[in-house]
Amino acid sequence: MITPGIKGQQLVAVFLLGCLFFNYPLLSLFNQSGTVFGVPVLYAYLFLAWGVVIGLLALVIERR
Amino acid sequence: MLQGWVIILISGAYLGVLFAIAYYGDKRADAGRSIIANPYIYSLSLAVYATAWTFYGSVGRAASNGVGFLPIYIGPTLMMALWWVVMRKIIRISKMNRITSLADFIASRYGKSALLGGLVTIIAVVGIVPYISLQLKAISNSFEIIKSDNLEIIRAGQLGTVPILGDTAFYVAMLLATFSILFGTRHLDASERHEGLVAAIAFESLVKLLAFLAVGVFVTFGIYNGFGDLFGRAADHPKLAQLLNPFGGAAGSFASWAWLTFLSMLAIMFLPRQFQIAVVENVDENHLSKAMWLFPLYMLAINVFVLPIAFGGVMHFSNAPVDPDTFVLTLPMAERQEWLALLVYIGGLSAATGMVIVETIALSTMVCNDLVMPVLLRMKGLRLNESPDLSGLLLGIRRWAIVSILLLGYLYFRLAGEAYALVAIGLISFAAVAQFGPPIIGGIFWKGGTRMGALAGLSAGFAVWAYTLLLPSFAKSGWLPLSFIEQGPFGIALLKPLQLFGLEGLDQITHSLLWSMLANVGTFVTVSLVGHESAVEHSQASLFVDVFKRGGDTSGVHLWRGTASVEDLQALLGRFLGPERAHEAFVAYAQRRGALMPQHLEPDADMVHFAETQLAGAIGGASARIMVASVVKEEELTIEEVMGMLDEASQIIAYSHQLQQKSRELEEATAELRAANERLKELDRLKDDFVSTVSHELRTPLTSIRAFSEILHDNPGLDAGERGKFLNIIIKESERLTRLINQVLDLAKLESGKAEWHVSELDVREVIEDCINATSQLFRERNVRLETHLPAAVPLIVADRDRLVQVVINLLSNAVKFCNPKDGRVAISLHRHPDSLQVDVKDNGPGIGARDQVVIFEKFRQAGDNLTEKPQGTGLGLPISRQIVEHFGGRLWVESEPGKGATFSFTLPLAASRAGAAGAAAEKAA
Amino acid sequence: MTKKVLIADDEPNIVVSLEFLMERNGYVVKVANNGEDALKCVAEFVPDLILLDVMMPHMSGYDVCQKIRENPAWQNIKIIMLTAKGREVEVTKGIALGADAYVTKPFSTKELTAKVREILGE
Repeated sequence: MITPGIKGQQLVAVFLLGCLFFNYPLLSLFNQSGTVFGVPVLYAYLFLAWGVVIGLLALVIERR
Repeated sequence: MLQGWVIILISGAYLGVLFAIAYYGDKRADAGRSIIANPYIYSLSLAVYATAWTFYGSVGRAASNGVGFLPIYIGPTLMMALWWVVMRKIIRISKMNRITSLADFIASRYGKSALLGGLVTIIAVVGIVPYISLQLKAISNSFEIIKSDNLEIIRAGQLGTVPILGDTAFYVAMLLATFSILFGTRHLDASERHEGLVAAIAFESLVKLLAFLAVGVFVTFGIYNGFGDLFGRAADHPKLAQLLNPFGGAAGSFASWAWLTFLSMLAIMFLPRQFQIAVVENVDENHLSKAMWLFPLYMLAINVFVLPIAFGGVMHFSNAPVDPDTFVLTLPMAERQEWLALLVYIGGLSAATGMVIVETIALSTMVCNDLVMPVLLRMKGLRLNESPDLSGLLLGIRRWAIVSILLLGYLYFRLAGEAYALVAIGLISFAAVAQFGPPIIGGIFWKGGTRMGALAGLSAGFAVWAYTLLLPSFAKSGWLPLSFIEQGPFGIALLKPLQLFGLEGLDQITHSLLWSMLANVGTFVTVSLVGHESAVEHSQASLFVDVFKRGGDTSGVHLWRGTASVEDLQALLGRFLGPERAHEAFVAYAQRRGALMPQHLEPDADMVHFAETQLAGAIGGASARIMVASVVKEEELTIEEVMGMLDEASQIIAYSHQLQQKSRELEEATAELRAANERLKELDRLKDDFVSTVSHELRTPLTSIRAFSEILHDNPGLDAGERGKFLNIIIKESERLTRLINQVLDLAKLESGKAEWHVSELDVREVIEDCINATSQLFRERNVRLETHLPAAVPLIVADRDRLVQVVINLLSNAVKFCNPKDGRVAISLHRHPDSLQVDVKDNGPGIGARDQVVIFEKFRQAGDNLTEKPQGTGLGLPISRQIVEHFGGRLWVESEPGKGATFSFTLPLAASRAGAAGAAAEKAA
Repeated sequence: MTKKVLIADDEPNIVVSLEFLMERNGYVVKVANNGEDALKCVAEFVPDLILLDVMMPHMSGYDVCQKIRENPAWQNIKIIMLTAKGREVEVTKGIALGADAYVTKPFSTKELTAKVREILGE
């Protein structure tokens, strides 16, 4: 069982990671033309990173 | 296309379903079986965040700037990660203080300041009204579009010509007001929760998500052939190609992306409706955990198809003047998908109604508790203080507040509705509520924030917001001259509201947010640091910041001193909650404190606190404070006293923390000390005990002797039988006394080393046989069988014969005394070891427990508790025996298991091996 | 009415002497040999006075005294503690626990009977 303190710290870490994902300069890397499976790179990246952050949140919260 | 009456019917039916759900939810809540008490409903209800602005507006924004709409949903996702730290604390504080609105929260934190509560309410109303009007606009637009089959948007200019009574939006506003009133102000509740409403909102969240996904799937896979096809065609479209990598262009700079993210992080917490759903309507703090990832997932799901719909719309209507804000609805209509269009219309209706209802209820609570009531209560002329039941008045104020807010929204819609696209209005509201961030976040983590600081910060932030966002929007609507924007007020370029102090290159929202946050935080911190806080501010600050440290114990410290009466408090509560509910609340409170009726309790600080929090639930913290103060005589506490009380409390908390942390080492150290101390005390006690016990042992026979001597002396006429019996007792007790005195002296001599020893070479076998003879009478009397196991010959040892006899006889008579009374058996045996002889005396008695195996060798101690167990015998036999055996270099011990008898053994070294022992050698030589 | 006296002591010869003395003074006497017995007898026999030895097996005289004083119904029972340990501490403890008097062993038979009479208000 994770103590509330550790859980809090892990969640803050997820937050910081999210801040990194959705900011300059990482965003500028994907700000270009080109597609992944027909989807523009930027959109693909944004939704993928978003999904990852949600996944991490779920992992931290639901893990016992 | 669909007939107007069909749409109205379906709209009505849908609202009917909502009514039904809400009604059912309320019924279940009244029955104590909540349907919303699970994290999924909580997460869904949080999605009230997604309004018509999301439903219609996101597509509009995406059509013009690509991913620019996403920060509004990514921000909340990031904020969710911090909710564990921030929101959990806000919820805990609110539940402990029965806080029912944002205004109440801020007012309570800063010394229950009515002024602050009022200011927050005004900011919230001014900031949110445009946002409400946006929803009304969305509903009426979508209705007009779907009814008229006219894909072009109805312009404000046209609307202006429609009389109010012919305007859909007006009826929508009134209908929503009715719904809000029915389920938001059904009754006054001390916790201000509306279960039925939450259930309906959660349902609406599901509907709008399904509707939006349906359109998304239809556009992506129905009109186009999947994402690849859609995006591929968009790349070839002249207008859309630039939206595929929009940063630095259509989506603005990375900076504005970041600021938008930040803005929506604040909005997800401090929009009044979000606070209402997340905090006030929260059933269980633990629901937060699941919502922390479920709600972002909802946000992700509702945004997946925004870009496809936007791009699809732009490509589809490239030659028609269709507002991108309506693509969600107009695309299915253009494709003749009537039922899908209807579903979308219902989804949009869901999004808009959900927002409007929750928002107006949250605002009406604020307007009533933090704006109107404090004013009314202060107006002595109204004599509200004497009115017996004010609950009706409270509900009335709230209902009128709801109607007024919706009318304001409608008015704004009529006058300014077309000044901006949907998204712009939404963001203006976001920026307004973002002003609550510093006083709340600062308030729950920083004890130093003061009332003056919060007032100044909020005012400054709000003023800057109004100057840089609100006034320009008025100017664009034509209510102010455009020169105000273009040249600055009075032509002062430095004060141009969109380029304040010459700051250029930022979009409006970023620009405004930057300056207003700077003003807000800067003033808040500076004024807080410069000024000082009052006693009540200090106590509230500590209550909020340390909410987790106090461990949920509200009955701890109450920073209050004064006199009150139970009747007054209950009557006061009755006036706002109704007498019946007040009575129930007080009885429940009394029982919680272990009294049958509240009248049995002392009206102390705890009770006053209880009454105040109950009241705070109904009329807000600031008003509750005023009301409670009117019925109790409160003695003003000085700041020093409050600090003292808090210090005491925090010291106790700190101490217990330290104690917990250090308990282990402390315990270890203490244990060592205690052990050492015990040893010393034990020695002391033994000495003390010995004297006391000897005294007791001597006095007991003496008592009988004296008593019977006196009896014989005073009763010369006793018959011979009795005389003989008494004399016999005197003789027996005299013998006992003599024996005791001898043994005590004997032991004293042995212990002090003054005993005389007559040492000679002995045959232990012979000694044992002598002892058996000496005790044979005893064995016969008690009918105990004695077995002997003696070897034919053993080496001689050197010892005092009489002393050795004393030891063996003592062991034998003990064995007889303690062996099985019915089938007594004792065995004595002698063994030879290489350098010693061992004698064992075994009985078949009850045995001796492990603890007692040590005790029995102590003076006057026998098996059992010394204090209460009467010793059989003097209790000196074994200590004496051990002294003797040890004198000759041997050992005396016992082996026993309870129930299996006991074996007393002693060893004596053989003469040869003992040659070196000084005493024996010397005596032998002599 | 004849007063009832309970003798609680584990020393048989002392019991004999006390029994003799009390009967000679016209009291109805009952004997208990240990603390638990003494409490049982208190419940059944309801004496007016107890001669209570401190050092008894199973339950000390102090405990018996305390138990009796805890029961409101037994507030009127007089208690004289007997002990062979005559130290000041023990006397104080006995009185603190609610004993009416404290007699050290060996006692003078005359003084004891006089004390019993005095305490029973005769």
